[in-house]
Amino acid sequence: MKLHEYQSKFRFAEFGIPIPKGKVATTPEEAMTIAQELDSNVVVVKAQVHVGGRGKAGGVKLAKSPAEAKEHAEAILGMDIKGLTVEKVLIDPGADIKDEIYLAITNDRSAGMPLIIASAEGGMDIEELAKTDPDKIVREHIDPIWGLKSYQANSVASRMNLSREQWRPFVKILMGLYQCFAESDAELAEINPLVVQGDGSLLAVDGKMIIDDSALPRQKKLAAMRDSSEEGEEEILAREAGISYVKLDGTIGCMVNGAGLAMTTMDMTKLYGGEEYGPANFLDIGGGATPETVATALKIILSDENVKAVLINIFGGITRCDDVANGFIEAYNIVQPDVPIVMRLQGTNAKEGREIIENANIPNLQSAETLTDAAQKAVAAAKGGN
Amino acid sequence: MAILGNKDTKVVVQGITGGQGSFHTRLMMEYGTNVVGGVVPGKGGQWFDDNVPVFDTVQAAVEATGATASMVIVPAPFAPDGIIEAVDAGIELIVCLTEHIPVADMMKATAHVKANGARLLGPNCPGFLVPNQMKIGIIPTMIAQPGKVGVVSKSGTLTYEVGFALMNAGMGQSTIVGIGGDPVIGTSFVDVLEMFENDPETESVVLLGEIGGNAEIVAAEYIEKHMSKPVAAFIAGQTAPPGKRMGHAGAIVEGGEGTAEEKNKALADAGVLVAKNPEEIPELLKNA
Repeated sequence: MKLHEYQSKFRFAEFGIPIPKGKVATTPEEAMTIAQELDSNVVVVKAQVHVGGRGKAGGVKLAKSPAEAKEHAEAILGMDIKGLTVEKVLIDPGADIKDEIYLAITNDRSAGMPLIIASAEGGMDIEELAKTDPDKIVREHIDPIWGLKSYQANSVASRMNLSREQWRPFVKILMGLYQCFAESDAELAEINPLVVQGDGSLLAVDGKMIIDDSALPRQKKLAAMRDSSEEGEEEILAREAGISYVKLDGTIGCMVNGAGLAMTTMDMTKLYGGEEYGPANFLDIGGGATPETVATALKIILSDENVKAVLINIFGGITRCDDVANGFIEAYNIVQPDVPIVMRLQGTNAKEGREIIENANIPNLQSAETLTDAAQKAVAAAKGGN
Repeated sequence: MAILGNKDTKVVVQGITGGQGSFHTRLMMEYGTNVVGGVVPGKGGQWFDDNVPVFDTVQAAVEATGATASMVIVPAPFAPDGIIEAVDAGIELIVCLTEHIPVADMMKATAHVKANGARLLGPNCPGFLVPNQMKIGIIPTMIAQPGKVGVVSKSGTLTYEVGFALMNAGMGQSTIVGIGGDPVIGTSFVDVLEMFENDPETESVVLLGEIGGNAEIVAAEYIEKHMSKPVAAFIAGQTAPPGKRMGHAGAIVEGGEGTAEEKNKALADAGVLVAKNPEEIPELLKNA
């Protein structure tokens, strides 16, 4: 789960990392009041949305007076950035930027250890720098059992060629960032830029955190920060039912068990149907889905008006095909869909599942044997539905 | 011979009396797995289905039965502890099926496994199956028959799909291994590829990957340098939306975006037969 910039920075501050004294506004008036209170020559009005490139989209503006801050907030609040509506802006006092440092901790999956990534040349072009001048990026693995040791933080500062007077504050920030990373069950804690101000002090001007979804049950405080305004109604419904659902642009609704097979089924519709008859969604009902889960999944898929056919591909392992069949019939009777449905049941209790479906005599439903057969039938059915 | 285990491997099940644990233990035993004990703290001295002794600790189970392998099938909050307990009791092979274990816990657990020279398969994996001999985990037996193809996969149900396709084409498997799709896992593609390369009963290998991470890229490098046996692969997720981006740091660590395109290219460049449709894999292997 991603945190907003303001949530990330406020969390950093709990671990002693210096951040600008900004506040969040949801209305232009609030933005003006905050700008007045900040008592700074310049303030920055920053859109709080979970997408990159908000600056280029006009979501970050400098203001030289509270009145100007209000104007910018008026323009930014409600703005659409890559499909997301801006609901909140962060009003930060302007920083006196001399240099920009990049500092992040993330999990290195292949090493199975957290990894510090730091560079004295921070800013937007850090990924480019990693390619063109990799020596300027300092990396340091952290032992997951011991945690970050202070000699390692000193080593990072040294290898970054930071000036001596910055060592102590930098090491303090790095130790704080690791503590924050570990205590938040983060997959990423990133400060970019960590600004070196004119007076030599350091300030975390922008921040990003991603929290491990599997750890949310024990990170209740962070879990409560979820911004549901950026999720569709269906996505919330799906999450609550234990279904993974992502809406896409194609016309074939897919219901599958297991993420890998769900993606494979999506790929197959596009392989045989091209862009137009590609997948309308990613949907994984999970392992051991109950009839209720299947019913919810079908309702979610059919709530998408672009769906011209539904492809149900179940390879039962933990999931039982008879459970899927029962759930499907239950949902079918409620929703009464008029789009064609292709269903393939294979694996655990497939025979029982197929019998349940056959006995229900559902019009518009075709059975399929193989995955290829199922994808081809779904594409043909979607085309026929035009 | 197969990899990871055979019908003589002595297995304990941590969580044998749970709903999933008991269901799958029965299926494993029906298939031929030598389940010698179960572990449930507080239930030591009882019997599972009147024929499998239950112990309070893995240590006690190992002492009484000589078990060398363990299946961990307990809820996420208890699973890392279960893995560490198995390591400390001297278990050589731990198969962890549990999903939704926090990454931070898995990093600690895998570090402990490595430091003690044990092997962990998973977590969040379907386990492995040696056709007509045994299985540890939940792979349905209907997709398996003895043969010469080694299958290694990140994804559970996609594995079943390809195992089934191989069977329909009259081909069998030497061993089917699900390594799990979590960010931090105990056994990598490369570990299993190496086992298949060294296994005289495996003549060709199927690798099933997914978008995200760089495990398939690392596997491609290994295949190019070290494998003599033909490998066919399928990468799921060509049409999936770009996954959650780990800020700049993710791209810097992994050196790429982890797309299906990148992975397919790396595998094809390494001489792997890359399938666009997983049901084509048997045909690709026949012609190899």
